[in-house]
Order: sequence, then C-alpha cells, then structure tokens
Amino acid sequence: MLTYVGRRILFSIPVLVIASFLLFGFVRATFDPTARLRSSRDPQTIQRARDELGLDKPLVIQYRDWATDFVRGDWGKSSRTNERVTAMIRRSLWATIQLIVWGVLISAIIAIAVGVYSAVRQYSIGDYLLTGASFAGLSMPPFWFGLIAIQFLAIYPRGWFNLAHPWFYFVGLHSTGSHSIGDYIRHLVLPVMTLTVQIVASWSRYERAAMLDALSADYVRTAKAKGLPPHKVIFRHAFRNALVPLVTVIALDAGALFGGLLITEKIFSVPGMGSLFLNSLLTGDAPVLVAWTVVTASFIIAFNLLADVLYGVLDPRIRYS
Amino acid sequence: MTDDVEPPHPAEQVAPTHGVSQAAGVDLELQGEVEPVVRAQWQLFLRRFVHHKMAVLSIVVLVLLFVVCFGARWIAPFPKNHQDLLLGPVRPGRKHWFGTDELGRDQLSELLFAGQITLKIGVAVALISTLVGTALGALAGYFGRWADQLLMRLTDLFLVVPAIAILAIAIKKFGNHDSTIIFVLAALGWMYIARIVRAQVLSIKEKEFVDAARASGASNARIIVRHILPNTIGPIVVNATLGIAAAVVTESTLSFLGFGVQPPTTSWGRMLADAEGTVGTDKAYLIYFPGLFLLITILAVNYIGDGLRDAFDPQAKR
Repeated sequence: MLTYVGRRILFSIPVLVIASFLLFGFVRATFDPTARLRSSRDPQTIQRARDELGLDKPLVIQYRDWATDFVRGDWGKSSRTNERVTAMIRRSLWATIQLIVWGVLISAIIAIAVGVYSAVRQYSIGDYLLTGASFAGLSMPPFWFGLIAIQFLAIYPRGWFNLAHPWFYFVGLHSTGSHSIGDYIRHLVLPVMTLTVQIVASWSRYERAAMLDALSADYVRTAKAKGLPPHKVIFRHAFRNALVPLVTVIALDAGALFGGLLITEKIFSVPGMGSLFLNSLLTGDAPVLVAWTVVTASFIIAFNLLADVLYGVLDPRIRYS
Repeated sequence: MTDDVEPPHPAEQVAPTHGVSQAAGVDLELQGEVEPVVRAQWQLFLRRFVHHKMAVLSIVVLVLLFVVCFGARWIAPFPKNHQDLLLGPVRPGRKHWFGTDELGRDQLSELLFAGQITLKIGVAVALISTLVGTALGALAGYFGRWADQLLMRLTDLFLVVPAIAILAIAIKKFGNHDSTIIFVLAALGWMYIARIVRAQVLSIKEKEFVDAARASGASNARIIVRHILPNTIGPIVVNATLGIAAAVVTESTLSFLGFGVQPPTTSWGRMLADAEGTVGTDKAYLIYFPGLFLLITILAVNYIGDGLRDAFDPQAKR
C-alpha cells in the first residue's frame, strides 16, 4: 500500500508540471502583466518592468524560473494588490475549507439518510418523492437556488415577522467584529445550503443504488434467513457495505470543490478560492491565477489518491500493486 | 421514480439486447432481411421509452420551449429589446405576465429571445462535442497504442483543473461572441464522451462479429462505422442528451459569473446576472423567471436522458 501511494505521488508530479506549464503559457498569452503600466507614457517604464519580470525570455525559461521560485515557496506578488500570493491563497483556502467541511458533512449525512431510506422502502411514496426531489436538485441551477434562498429565507421572513435582524445573513462568513458561534452559523446556513443542493442530489442517488445492490446480495439473504431482525440486517450487513462506494465518491467530489465554489462564494461574498479566482481573472492577475490553478490541481490529485486509498482500506478485496 | 422494473414484454425476451449488432453482422449475406430486424428494434425501443411518462412529458415541454423561443419573433408580445423608459419596472400582471425591468422591457419577450441563445448554445455544444468525442474515442479505442495513450493522458490533464476556470480564462482570451462560446465549451466537452466511447469500443472490438467482419475483408473504417459504433449508440445518445443539460448549465454559470454572452445578446444566465442586484428589493420578481426556465429546461433534458437510458438498456438497474 505504501509503495502504491508513493508511486502515485511520483506519477502525479509530471501531471502537475505539464498542467502548470500549459496554464502558465495560457495565462501569459492571455494577460499582459505590464498592462497597468500602459498608461504611463514612458516606454522605458514598461521595458524596465518587462526586463524585471523576464517577459522577453523564451516561455520555457520563464516557466523554469517561475517553477524554481514556486517550489522554494516564493510564489511572487499579486499584480493587483501587490500582496504575497502565498498569503492570499492561504487566507482564501481557509474560508473555502470552512464551506467545504460543513457542506460535505451535512450533504453526506442527508445523502446517506435519503439513500438508505429510498433503498429500504423502494417504490414507496417516500422513495418516489425523494428520488423526484433529487432529480430536481440535479437540475437546479445553483446560482438561481442561492438567489431564491436569500430572497425567501432571509429577506421575506424579515418583513413577514417584523424582525430587527434577518434569520440568516448572506454576506461573508461573520459580521465585522463579531465572533460568536450564533453569528457564524447564521452566516453559514445559506451558502452551505446552496452548496448542499448541488451535491446531495447525486450522492443520494449513488447511495440508493449502492444500498439496493447490497440489499440484494447473498450475504443479506443469509442474514435474513438466519432470522436476524430487519434493522440488524439493514444496518449491520447492508449499510456498511453500501457506504464503501459513496465514501470514494465523496472524496473525489470534495477535491473538486476546492476550485469549484465560484458561484456560492460569489453570491454570498465569501472571500474564498472562488472569489480569489474571479477577482484575479477580471483584473488579469497572472501570478495569482497560475498559483491558484496549481493549488486546486494539487487538491484534486490528492483527493483522487485519497479516494483510491480509502477504497482499498474499506474493501480489503481490492489489492493495489 | 424511474426505476420501475416492468415485467419484460414478451417480444423483448425474443429480441436480444444487442440486436443492432446482429443486424450489422447479418448484412454480410442477407442484405434483404436487415430492414425488418432494425425496425423491430426501433419499435421495442420506442415502446420502452413511452413507458417513462416523465420523459415523454419532457419531450412535449422541450418541443414547446423550442417553438415559443425560436418563434418568438411572431409569438412574443413585444419586440426584442423593446424599451419603455417611461413605464419602468412593473410587477408581473395581465399586460406583462412576467413584469418589466428598469428599462421597461417586457420580461416574457426578453426570456423568449434569450432562450434562443441558451438553447442554441446547449444543442450546438452537445452536437459538436458528441461528434468529436465519438470520432476520437472510437479511434483511440480501436487503434489503441499511442493514440489511446494520448487521449487518456490529455483527458487526465484536463480533469485536474476545474473546467469552469479553464473556460473562463479561454473566453476571456478568445472573446465572448456566442459562436466562440460554443467552440470553447465544445473544446472541453468532447473529452467525457470520448472516454465513454473508448471504453465501449475497447470491449466491442474483441467480439466475434468484429472478427467475422475482418475475416470477410471489411476495412477498419467499415468495421468502426458499420459494426462497432451502432453498438455504442445507446451510451452516445444518452450522453449527448445529458450534454445539452450540461452545456446549458455551464453557459448560464459562465454568463452569471460575467464571462458568457455580452449585451445586447442575452441568455437566461445573463438575465439572471443582470437581475442579481434586485435580490432584496421589490423588483426581486426579475430573478424568478429566468431561473425557472433554466430549471425546466435542464429537468426536461435530464428526464429525457433518463428515459433514453431505460429504453436503450432495459436490464440496467440504477
């Protein structure tokens, strides 16, 4: 197992190098880092900046210089705020991780509950309602859901019940100066809910299918035949095995979320990785964009690996060589 | 909802699931008898599809949407981008079913015209990425070796970076004309279907009827087009359908983030982006309808995909 993990990590290095090189070239071809100097009439200012950034060297050399600095931990400075890129990414990651942890946790619990119920009560009215709801969730444009949630859960209730403060806030992760748990939760509810709707639908369908598979397996029939009470059959025998595929899917999706929260973060003004990407893209902030893509790519690779490892740990029949 | 296990129809038990492949194999000698077999398959397919009530309803809804959107010039109560600044924003009512925005534009008319762009991009992207993905996936799967390696490594590379990020940078670079957006979305969209077709081709090319075709002198091109691809039609059609939904979501997401179509061109996502600021004001009705149209479209397409999957592969349980 350890050699397998080690080899996978080794293999992911060339993928990261190639991906970051392509993105580096792509970003360089798209954005001119000296664009904001163009207003200064003096052509020497621009030339000096170009020399300083090494823009006239061949792309491969530029990439090599950038990559050497990057590996050493010098990720450069944002061309928008002049702040260190490492600091910006660390701060954004923290905000995004909070959303991801709560979103994944709550989605997983709901998805497992819905999936198990739907499978155990297959073709019942509850099953039809839940599978229908998850189909609607799959088709829901997440940005629309976010806006509607703000309107109907934060703004309208305030008018209906004459509240001094809305139930839920929809800007940022906490009010300025407030660090109370209640304030934090009231900020988290709507973005986490928007995130949950995006992912819980596919996870619950997955869990339902896995549970149906498990319930029709031979060992479940054996367990029933030897007279175990139904709840023991369902939770001791079927449920545990139905969890294995879902865990790997959760790990895969969670990795993708590190870059994919653009919509939720934009609607709820959360200063996370998605917002960082959007702001950098709109201002052509090349150093941040390249670092951002490398960081999100690393997370995706790491979580893919985690999914594979988890699969092996949870299901001993799987052997990696 | 969609997993009804119907008792197999008597006729279904007679006809094997891979009847198309048989038809393709039969045409070596019995050219004349191919037609009836194919038609029976088609009828069975149709019968299974009609069982999926939501899918049938979705087709009706989708056709209606296409008709009202692309017939908007004749149907819409007001012309495109018709402003009435004196009128200003009006709540939904009898004259303006969905209300009007700050510029006094009738939202129902705007929605119908914007739907043209959304639906056009959705269908075009799904078509192009299916064609390209099928061709490249089939070539990689059939010829293997370096072509296969190249496809797999290339798609691996793109799986590692969030697609929406690449798309946003690409649109920033290439511009946001709607044909450019179609091109950019398709350039990333073909990979998924290519991997599916590749996997199918890998297993089908080992079957006996392919050996038989090769033994009787069929060329590689003929084997791929006449013998292998007809057997992958199910997954291809299902994923092409779901590709429409995916493209509609991606386009509206990009538009919502500000990287999609630009005024005066509008799409449903773009209308939502424009209306985002009305959340919390008395003009919040502006966000309801574009999203509702998006939801209905995506839901309908997903149901049709679901129905097609059931119809193509009655044994599959999910």
